[in-house]
Amino acid sequence: MIVLDTGAILPRRGGIFGALSDAFWRHPKLLVFLMLTPPVLWFGIIYLGSLLALLLQSFYSLDEFSGLVVPEFTLSTYAQLFRPSNFDIIVRTVLMAAAVTLASGIVAFPIAYMAARYAKGKWKALFYLGVMLPLWSSYLVKVYAWKLILAKEGILNWVFESLRLTPLLDAFLSIPVIGGNSLSVSYTGTFLVFLYIWLPYMILPTQAALERVPVNLIDASGDLGATPFQTFWHVIFPLALPGLVAGSIFTFSLTLGDYIIPNIVGSSRQIIGQAVYAQQGSAGNIPLAAAFTVVPIVIMGLYLWMAKRLGAFDAL
Amino acid sequence: MSSETRAPWPLKLASAAGLAFLLVPLLIIFVYAFTTEERSFVWPPPGLTLKWFAVAWGRTDLWSALTLSVQVASISTLIALILGTLCAAAVSQTQFFGRETISLLVILPIALPGIITGMALRSAFSIADIPFSFWTIVLGHATFCVVVVYNNAVARFRRTSGSLIEASMDLGADGFQTFRHVILPNIGTALLAGGMLAFALSFDEVIVTTFTAGQQQTLPLWMLEELIRPRQRPVTNVVAMVVVLVTTLPMLLAFYLTRDGDQIAGSGK
Repeated sequence: MIVLDTGAILPRRGGIFGALSDAFWRHPKLLVFLMLTPPVLWFGIIYLGSLLALLLQSFYSLDEFSGLVVPEFTLSTYAQLFRPSNFDIIVRTVLMAAAVTLASGIVAFPIAYMAARYAKGKWKALFYLGVMLPLWSSYLVKVYAWKLILAKEGILNWVFESLRLTPLLDAFLSIPVIGGNSLSVSYTGTFLVFLYIWLPYMILPTQAALERVPVNLIDASGDLGATPFQTFWHVIFPLALPGLVAGSIFTFSLTLGDYIIPNIVGSSRQIIGQAVYAQQGSAGNIPLAAAFTVVPIVIMGLYLWMAKRLGAFDAL
Repeated sequence: MSSETRAPWPLKLASAAGLAFLLVPLLIIFVYAFTTEERSFVWPPPGLTLKWFAVAWGRTDLWSALTLSVQVASISTLIALILGTLCAAAVSQTQFFGRETISLLVILPIALPGIITGMALRSAFSIADIPFSFWTIVLGHATFCVVVVYNNAVARFRRTSGSLIEASMDLGADGFQTFRHVILPNIGTALLAGGMLAFALSFDEVIVTTFTAGQQQTLPLWMLEELIRPRQRPVTNVVAMVVVLVTTLPMLLAFYLTRDGDQIAGSGK
């Protein structure tokens, strides 16, 4: 038999753990505060601190004669960004990012749509793994695989040769800007690798958005006489748009900030990431590298602001 | 009732082509690891051999790069597990004003391009005169690994009903007992999944690392060096294949651990 001799209010617990436990129960905010302190300190000091340092560096300049950083406030480093050679780099990068984003939206949509609406059971798992395996495989290995595919003696050329289509490929490669000696040293090559590597980032949010489209909405649209195409265009696509925008944040931002892919598969004309790496490394010009790094931050800031207005963050 | 359950064929075709585009390049890596060709990327491979596995095994530079990568990834994962769980617990417990800001702050290092995180750390090290070391690499890695742990833990906390915790407290457990016997078993697999993803993320990271490593070479840095200035292409092929296996296995495992219910936080990579 259990005799209930205690009142509704239990006595306080003894010991330091008991006291602590009671204190947390009485003051839930204290616990939240204690839990938040380490991560906030870490991110505040290391991450935000570093971002501030980056901003600070971008207002310094490099003494052209001594090659040393002058720690005095100046806007001259930013002015250098507008020199034609540097400004070209920025324009080129934004164009590349836009092209990659657009293409990945087009390639990703059918995959996401199929996975969200039609794939069931085993097929669903296959789609899931089909996206996750490339996503989680090593980044460098994926770039390497494309080097193997695009190289002059590589697979793609072999395919074209086997199909007797080599003249077609040569004609394409002779187009001035997007062509080159071979696919692995052309913009087209860079574009393909970017597309491949960021594609999963586009598929996942798009699929998440499509999965939330209620089926009865689609049925209602059909019942009200819409053709499948009209249903798609007026019902499904607008509801999937926030997902596509969320995905485009990744593809756009990742392209803006990559320097490895164009280094390995690409032409000699730089994009922002390569410029940053070259300036901070061999050139030793950290201020200019920092100023270059601020460019994608500003572009992404604008982009995120627009994406937020389109409601993309609900799909993340 | 759903009117159509069968996909139209153009959609099937487009999505199948898309899946092939995603998966075929990975398969190619497996073929090249066995090629007999040493100098170029000739396709199809002129012959198949196992010899390069032995050569790769004997390379000491490879082993030291691997060791460094494992050490960095382990410590970064540990830090990420602690910070990510604390953050997720705090955010899911209460509605306080800074919630959104905290989520944003955690996601930022990975949402912003790698060169920004890398260059920011590089600038800070330069201003504070911190020499590059093992710990500068860990600092960067831990910062962007927190988000995967955080995402997994937040998703799980959301599914764990608060009444469980209240019931435990009502039955006389104190806060620590509740954590040990109720909360931890509930979020355990999510943390395991998050931790493995964090490990894979750190193990594979190259862009931030190029800005925060001095003379040390992690495995991705070794690989990058080989891609730019190849010394022995077949060895690189072998390493590439092994790396694909090593990085995708934790992912597959994480998939099985969290397959019922919440999604693993792949979108946050």
